Amino acid sequence: MTELALHILDIANNSTRAKAKNVAISVVADTAADTLTITVSDDGCGMDKELLERVTDPFSTTRTTRKVGLGIPLFKQAALLTGGSFSIESEPGKGTVTKAVFGLRHIDRVPLGNLGSTMTALAGGFPDTDFTLLYEWDGKKYEFSTVKLKEVLDGVPLSEPEVLNYIEDMIDENIENINGGQPI
Amino acid sequence: MKTLEELQAIRDKMKERINNRGIAGENDYRVVVGMATCGIAAGARNTLKALTEEIESRHLNNVILSQTGCIGICKYEPIVEVFAPGQEKVTYVHVDAERARQIVASHIVNGKPITEYTYSYAVKEN
Repeated sequence: MTELALHILDIANNSTRAKAKNVAISVVADTAADTLTITVSDDGCGMDKELLERVTDPFSTTRTTRKVGLGIPLFKQAALLTGGSFSIESEPGKGTVTKAVFGLRHIDRVPLGNLGSTMTALAGGFPDTDFTLLYEWDGKKYEFSTVKLKEVLDGVPLSEPEVLNYIEDMIDENIENINGGQPI
Repeated sequence: MKTLEELQAIRDKMKERINNRGIAGENDYRVVVGMATCGIAAGARNTLKALTEEIESRHLNNVILSQTGCIGICKYEPIVEVFAPGQEKVTYVHVDAERARQIVASHIVNGKPITEYTYSYAVKEN
């Protein structure tokens, strides 16, 4: 994956396949600690212990357990390559929390990439799921939520191309505003 | 900066358009983008974005764009399937943003599938 935002898209896709109603994504940069922490939390069906143990192993995949594949192992690898850490917690019936910590300035850290485009792909692709995004840079925050947008849209689907383009521009602008436009 | 008023304006415009659109169904084109790990890694998010932009700028209100998981031919990702009304499915392979725009123009607007970008063509050539 060429962007961390693509990993986020991929991991959040797991959440929608687990029938999550709410998916919360957070991207938190802390320059003092030199970390970039990405969390994807959902209220989907969760995983039992047995599946949870296999889930970071790329070679445990079979055709019948299609939702377990390369997505999680690739995300974990990307984090560990930067001296970071990775964890995944899950409980059947409650949901799953996937968390990856990256070395913010580590030379092998993949760029964050286009979060606006990732959120748009999620919001448009899964109109029945609600997504939130918290983007934080040294305490400065931007929060995005499809719940609020749906209220304003009053029945007009989020998946309308014009709405999606608006959302993408809005998220990009706000993120750029928070960290002064420097690439992450 | 994007304002709430802008979104409200889009909403009002869309409401009118949706009312005039009639019931979705037989005459709609369905465009499906593979968005599993393989698709995403190969660039499917940009493909999806290009399709969204092209559909918007051409005001195509008879196109339903959706996403699916792994289609099973990962080395041909990004993959886009086009279901035209009353016709057989066409599977396009290695669809980058540029190909995506061409597919909208040629297949959906002008009704001419682009043979060179299809799965069957790619398999025959290799």
